[in-house]
Amino acid sequence: MGLLGFELTVSLRFLREGRMQTALIVGGAAVGVAVIYFITAVLVGVQADLIKRVTGAQPHIVLKAPDETVAPLLAARAEAPRVASVQARPQRLVTLDGWPVLARQMETTPGVTAVAAVASGAALALKGDATRSIVLVGTDLDRYQRVVRLDDKLTQGVLRLEASDALVGIELAKDLGAVLGDRFRVQSGDGQSDVFQIRGLLDLGTRELNRRNVYVNLRPAQSLLNITGRVTNIDAAIDDIMRAEQVAAQLRAVTGQQIESWIQTNQQVFNAIGNQDIMTLLIRSFVTVVVALGIASVLVVSVVQKRKEIGILRAVGATRTQMMRVFLWQGAMVGAAGALLGTGFGLVLISVFSRILRSEKGVPLFSMEFDLRLTGIVVVVSVVLGLIAAVLPARNAARLDPAQAIRG
Amino acid sequence: MNTTTASSAAPAALVQLAALRKTYNAGLPSEQEVLHGINLEIRAGEFAALIGPSGSGKSTLLNILGLLEGGSGGVYRLAGRDVTQLDDDARTQARHATLGFIFQFHHLLPAFSTLENVMLPALIGGEVMDKTSRDRAAWLLDAVGLNGAHHKKPSELSGGMQQRVAIARALVRSPQLVLADEPTGNLDTHTSDSIFELLRQFNREQGTAFLVVTHDPRLAARCDRIIELVDGSIAGDRANTPSTNR
Repeated sequence: MGLLGFELTVSLRFLREGRMQTALIVGGAAVGVAVIYFITAVLVGVQADLIKRVTGAQPHIVLKAPDETVAPLLAARAEAPRVASVQARPQRLVTLDGWPVLARQMETTPGVTAVAAVASGAALALKGDATRSIVLVGTDLDRYQRVVRLDDKLTQGVLRLEASDALVGIELAKDLGAVLGDRFRVQSGDGQSDVFQIRGLLDLGTRELNRRNVYVNLRPAQSLLNITGRVTNIDAAIDDIMRAEQVAAQLRAVTGQQIESWIQTNQQVFNAIGNQDIMTLLIRSFVTVVVALGIASVLVVSVVQKRKEIGILRAVGATRTQMMRVFLWQGAMVGAAGALLGTGFGLVLISVFSRILRSEKGVPLFSMEFDLRLTGIVVVVSVVLGLIAAVLPARNAARLDPAQAIRG
Repeated sequence: MNTTTASSAAPAALVQLAALRKTYNAGLPSEQEVLHGINLEIRAGEFAALIGPSGSGKSTLLNILGLLEGGSGGVYRLAGRDVTQLDDDARTQARHATLGFIFQFHHLLPAFSTLENVMLPALIGGEVMDKTSRDRAAWLLDAVGLNGAHHKKPSELSGGMQQRVAIARALVRSPQLVLADEPTGNLDTHTSDSIFELLRQFNREQGTAFLVVTHDPRLAARCDRIIELVDGSIAGDRANTPSTNR
């Protein structure tokens, strides 16, 4: 005694003296903290899974050649007769002018980690009697890998895109009745055709992509699509995928081209993520409020129980401020203890449930990463919360009239 | 707080009350004046008894003297300083610096050991808990006859022993005046005698002034001065030659 100073010493003793009460309130705070960890882990896991599914096989950002628009035949003057309907024309394959410059501009924009030029268009895949419409993606594999990883999607074969190599979706291979090493013909709308050999099979995450996508080298794709030396779009990866819109806006300003982010193309998914964020924020806030009310109510009761002792301490010389601090300390310590205990409890909860709750592939449904930053935030918030919860009880303690308190 | 000034002004009164009044529920229909213009002086080193029937205002007077509550009128000077209008913090400090309390029900903190209870007033003042202050607390505990009980909890002690701890606590910061409210009120005669003797001993040896509220005429007879309070006024104030023990 003495090393900690009067206020801290007394508050520690009060907490120790109120065993059951202290245990209950620290336990309550710990459960609250554990729930927050758990919800966060589930949310992070589910969102990461969702985003991975969505962005796994598509670039974060795509620079596209401008759509061809139909110019009205009549000038749009107020008094001029209007053209009642302007029909959009079917889109031909449009290519980017001066794409190496655009690619360089994109590459040097902050936030962009990699870019890859792509010559992409619709085509037919033919093998024996089978004919399937496909999306032909011609690119430089090394560059493209940095934008959309394909190595982790390879189920068979090797990752190689030399002259006549092709990587195809697993469903498409099945539809064509082709296996690894087989050759098949690709025919474009312009009547060009070329033969490719299947070097690898890819599982791109969704059925749609698996039955349509064919990756080949840039050059043969360009000649097939009749756009030699040109590309149709430039794909880019960025460091923080949640900032895709901001980066897209920046790229729009820099390049003056049409830019689409994954958020735009997957608006519903993105909205769902936003809604989840709001829901979890709500749940966390409610848990926080409940914990604060719990701490406050226990301390209020404690002040009433300790009326006499507070009176004695005041009589032997403790000031109102000192009495206030005694109870503020208790709130802070309950908060800190709750945070530490809750962190341990939360980790146990997460590790148990991640073993029980798994996807059909046996992958845990949520993130098991121990987030040190979250722990820091939880401890700080918890201590501050304890302090805030203790304000009312502390004021009660400070206001107590010592003469009355001692009389009983 | 200012012990040097007080001791150099020793001939002056330690406590001076002038026309002190106390009214409860002022302005309400239940308004009641419990102290009517008290004039009282207590000198350093005195040993006085405050007697009177229940409801005469003894406890109120003691609380006012102890700066636990304020008066409603009149002037209170403590150790040469006007403390009538002090705010709560200043009153607390003056109390801490000059006064010690002994209550009828010992009022020890159950979560602290005997020694820690005695050290509490020093700890409150932010004093460094060095060997000196610990030694003083231990010496006081020995002096009140609790040699072996330094690390026991109050609940492990008898009523008389607990009251001895409370006496040691009241004396730990060497106050100039100890206010004792029925210090032996709930003790048997034998224990009560020895506690009272302890107070007298500290009065003799340390020069601490005591004002002891008591119902017990036997104990009052052993004080140097007997102040009698009746219906909120001082009805008698006389010097007394202490009768010898038993």
